[in-house]
Amino acid sequence: MKPPPFHYHAPRTEAEALALLAELAPAEGRILAGGQSLVPAMALRVARPLHLIDINGLPGLDRLDVGDGHLRIGPLVRHAMIRRESVPGPLGALLDKVRGHIAHLPIRTRGTVCGSLANADPASEWCLVVATLGGEMTARSLRGERAIAAEDFFQGFMATALEPDELLAGLRLPLLADGTRWGFHEFSRRAGDYAQAASLVVMEVRDGVVLAARIGIGAVEDRPRRLPEAEALLIGRAPTAELLRQAAATARATLLPTDDDPTRPALAEAMIRRALADAAGIALP
Amino acid sequence: MTEALDVTLTVNGERHAVRVEARRTLADALREDCGLTGTHLGCEHGVCGACTVLLDGEPVRACLLFAVQAQGRAIRTVEGLAEGGELSPLQRAFIENHALQCGYCTPGFLMLGTALLERDPTMSDEALVDALSSNICRCTGYANIAKAVRAAAAEMRERVPA
Amino acid sequence: MDGLSPRPGEDARTLAAGPGRVVGRAVTRIEDLPLVRGEGLFAADVNFPRQLHMRVVRAEIAHGRIVSVDAEAARAMPGVVAVWTAADVADIPLIPFRATKVRGLEPYCQPVLARDRVRYVGEPVAVVLADDAYRAEDAAETVMVELEELPVVLDAAAPPGEFAPGHDTEPTVVRKEYGDIDAAFRSAHAVVELELSVGRHSGVPLETRGAIARYDAAHDVLELHGTAKKQHWNRDEIARLLGRPPQGVHLFEGHVGGGFGVRGELYPEDLLVCAAALRLRRPIKWIEDRREHLVATNHSRQQSHRIRAAVDAEGRLLGIDDVFFHDQGAYVRTHGARVADLAAGMLPGPYRLPAYRVAGHFRLTNKTPAATYRAPGRYETTFVRERLMDAIAARLEIDPVEIRRRNLVATAEMPHARPLDALGTDVVLDSGDYEGLLDKALARFGWDAMHKELAARRAAGECVGAGLAFFVEKSGLGPSDGVRVTVDATGAVEVVSGAASVGQGVETALAQICAEALGVDYSSIRVVRGRTDRIEFGNGAHASRVTVMSGSATWQASLAVREMALECAAQLLQLSPAELTISEGVVTRADGLAGPSLTLAEIARGRGPNSPAMRGQTPGLTAERWFWSDHMAYPYGVHLAQIRIDAGTGGVTVERYLVANDIGRAINPMLVEGQIVGGLAQGLGGALLEEFRYDPSGQPLSTTLADYLIPTIAEMPEVDVLIAEDAPSPLNPLGVKGAGEGGTNGAGACIASAVDDALRRPGAITSLPLLPAHLRALLVEAP
Repeated sequence: MKPPPFHYHAPRTEAEALALLAELAPAEGRILAGGQSLVPAMALRVARPLHLIDINGLPGLDRLDVGDGHLRIGPLVRHAMIRRESVPGPLGALLDKVRGHIAHLPIRTRGTVCGSLANADPASEWCLVVATLGGEMTARSLRGERAIAAEDFFQGFMATALEPDELLAGLRLPLLADGTRWGFHEFSRRAGDYAQAASLVVMEVRDGVVLAARIGIGAVEDRPRRLPEAEALLIGRAPTAELLRQAAATARATLLPTDDDPTRPALAEAMIRRALADAAGIALP
Repeated sequence: MTEALDVTLTVNGERHAVRVEARRTLADALREDCGLTGTHLGCEHGVCGACTVLLDGEPVRACLLFAVQAQGRAIRTVEGLAEGGELSPLQRAFIENHALQCGYCTPGFLMLGTALLERDPTMSDEALVDALSSNICRCTGYANIAKAVRAAAAEMRERVPA
Repeated sequence: MDGLSPRPGEDARTLAAGPGRVVGRAVTRIEDLPLVRGEGLFAADVNFPRQLHMRVVRAEIAHGRIVSVDAEAARAMPGVVAVWTAADVADIPLIPFRATKVRGLEPYCQPVLARDRVRYVGEPVAVVLADDAYRAEDAAETVMVELEELPVVLDAAAPPGEFAPGHDTEPTVVRKEYGDIDAAFRSAHAVVELELSVGRHSGVPLETRGAIARYDAAHDVLELHGTAKKQHWNRDEIARLLGRPPQGVHLFEGHVGGGFGVRGELYPEDLLVCAAALRLRRPIKWIEDRREHLVATNHSRQQSHRIRAAVDAEGRLLGIDDVFFHDQGAYVRTHGARVADLAAGMLPGPYRLPAYRVAGHFRLTNKTPAATYRAPGRYETTFVRERLMDAIAARLEIDPVEIRRRNLVATAEMPHARPLDALGTDVVLDSGDYEGLLDKALARFGWDAMHKELAARRAAGECVGAGLAFFVEKSGLGPSDGVRVTVDATGAVEVVSGAASVGQGVETALAQICAEALGVDYSSIRVVRGRTDRIEFGNGAHASRVTVMSGSATWQASLAVREMALECAAQLLQLSPAELTISEGVVTRADGLAGPSLTLAEIARGRGPNSPAMRGQTPGLTAERWFWSDHMAYPYGVHLAQIRIDAGTGGVTVERYLVANDIGRAINPMLVEGQIVGGLAQGLGGALLEEFRYDPSGQPLSTTLADYLIPTIAEMPEVDVLIAEDAPSPLNPLGVKGAGEGGTNGAGACIASAVDDALRRPGAITSLPLLPAHLRALLVEAP
């Protein structure tokens, strides 16, 4: 399990990196960021890049910035850098909780948030966060820069809208207003493993009534997504146990699982129900 | 075949000039080029944690880094834990609490544990279990590994009063 | 006295009950220092100048006829020295197995490289020898193997297919029977019948296999490094298969990163590196990678049983009739049919059983070959037997604890001979207080109070339950083991044993026994194991035999050295040996009165080959003793578990666990507890997480450690260990029984029982592992 040979490139500037990517992408060139998914794939020889463009030495890419009502996550921000204290409001608490579900400490110290998005594993927690909250990705290449909305970014099983010559140059997540409630649940067979189902729910409740709701599901279909039918059910109504149960059941009915486990929808429903219950602050088994 | 690169690895404070292909993992470079075979390989795909070393103080999987990426970084391995022949508190605690049987996972757990203790010897039990779940041990059933890390933590807390 | 011949009556000296000076104490291990300093010597740490790296090209389909193997491209790659296919090693016979009474297995043995057919994904087809491990792997990828697909057999319970012309996929059926089984069923109050199965899983040690061979032309010795477990048998077979005298082959054991049954068997790669080292006259290094390990190293466990029990109205067993299908995988490996044989021989466990009939269909399939894994044949049959006891309890509406109590063999019935054999020895349960241990375990676990608490939690909507499993282990397989204990001229003590170490603490246990007998500090004793160049014979480390067999030999050899030292000292000090004792390596007066003393070093020097006093005698302060045993010692125990099922996910959380294990005598309670907790982790893995899965074409699906799930600390419950020494074995001077496998043995059975209880559906669990998806399906069906 030794990686196949490749040529190593360590650009000093982002411009240099983009130039290398433009030149080498057609020749099986890829970006190397955290490498926590790419390098195992190379060890198994299922990934065979001929060129790796290592961006770890580029200055300034590991920044977490808050402004404009958004959190901006640079391409070298490691999972471990996402902490409650670095992000204001409910979003900080939400991301902190999600971080704790991503693999294990030594992977978190090295792997990057943007790397996870570019890898687009359907079970990735960050992909679920981006799909649910409506994150926006910045793709940069010699041809210029473009913004890609979450619903356009994830295109299927480990497939994204990024062109081969594009660097995922950052992610923007909207901050959550104070008082926004959220819930996150996932099930994996073993600590730190990829989830078999994961759900993130974000909800604004005023005067006992749901004003806005986002319900996301991951690890069930070929990509994470929101569940609009279930969301619609909640709007304008009081988040009672009965309503939440109904919403989870509605969500389940709209799922198209990619595997043949007949109990996967029930598992997904349970995760959605729990995420909803946490967001609504009520107990639901 | 690709070109060989000249890389200087700083391991436990000592500089090693090595000539490696870009694809050589840090783990292989430590073992084969620096002769430091204390870092073990259990899976080579980032799951088992036997190859855990510290990179600028942070625990990382040495099988998921290329040696060339460690140029200019401070690497610590199990060989650097004992100072002047004296075992570190965690090494001693591993012996005293029977936290190893075959010893193959031990270097990885020692490096992981060292990082945890240096970061926060007051960590909660829950946080400890979460962190130790990073690595696999096939012999001990883990109870004594957790016990050893707690014992070393207690010793370190005593040494440096809060 | 010459140190070689035992004196009359010598064997009778037994270890006194209770903790000794160092035996019975939880002392730290002498193995640990290099291991915590990163100074271990595992297989991959062994290097020789000019070595070549071997990479194996493996079959990528489960069954096929080899049309051609094209290695031309590989031979032309940089750094490649040779590429071999079956034609290059046609002179090496099939890899043999350790003979048992079972006949007819020879045609099913594995060649070192596939000849005309491949029979499992992962089977070695060719090897590349190159100057670098990376380049060897690059070249191996270019070897083109053209195969014509053949139909696969993946289910051992399906009708047999063809293995080779004239040989079907069922080489043998293991049959055992005693009592009048038909009468038992005719007279039964009730007959309980179950279909049960255990999934395919295995040891998966954290160190993969490795083999480094070197031909030392100067001494005409072939050396093999990275070995484990069975060095002497492996040496003899390697010598035979490669046409060398055994004296010209030596096996060395460094550190071994876990054994669990799978490490240290003779595999194709061991012979390939040896053959290459001899022919190419360069050291050859092969280190298995993890993906290879998961398809190439022995699998284990997979069996399905159709079992029936005849019981009387009180739930007493009248007879058991079992038919099982043992999935051996693609070839017979070095264990032959041992696992099936053990399953058949050990199934009755702790219960009084008047009649028994078993037929074990030993079947080949197109999967990785299988062999022993910690508690082989017992993990499987404890699951089957204890499921059966639970089913009988449910059928007759008798408490599951009570049903076991009624059937346990009583202390008064010990030793309890069954007209059965296992591993070629008659099954005679040597000693035990089964019910006593059950009571102790239930009390320690708070069994009754727990049930009240669980009832309350269930009423509050939780899905919780408790279960138990009783097991009988076996240990101390004979027939013999020898140990030589020597005190050198500096007083240093060396124990040379034919045993091996797989990381379980052999050195410390033998050092403690030697120290206790001889009167020296255990921590300074050097224990040599796993080396054929230091001792002529040995039976290795498996079947929980080391502490029993090598431990007993160490005890006897150490006592002989002690006697020799006392006699020498007595002459010099003009006292009788009985007036002297040895402590901290110094011979002094036993009554504690002041007087002259002699160190063991001084005595050893006095017995040196140039000492005039030794003229005509065999010199040295040294003795070799052999311990022989015709019967195995049978440890036993109870597993108790409290679990919770998450009804939404089907996930099982083990909340609390107790293993009670009577091992006769604990040489080092800390090591025993370590064995039990570690063994339990593996047992729980097999119950809840670990499984080698295959797709319908025979492609393995568990080929990384992200797919083959080994428990982490987060999956381990709080474990309580109750080590009992109520029933020392009468079969050896130490009273010991093996402690290596009891932690694993009952885990699958116990978890199944607890999950049934949580589901409130007796008999719901019929197979292992218990996958969340399966439990979710059961929960959906639940009323």
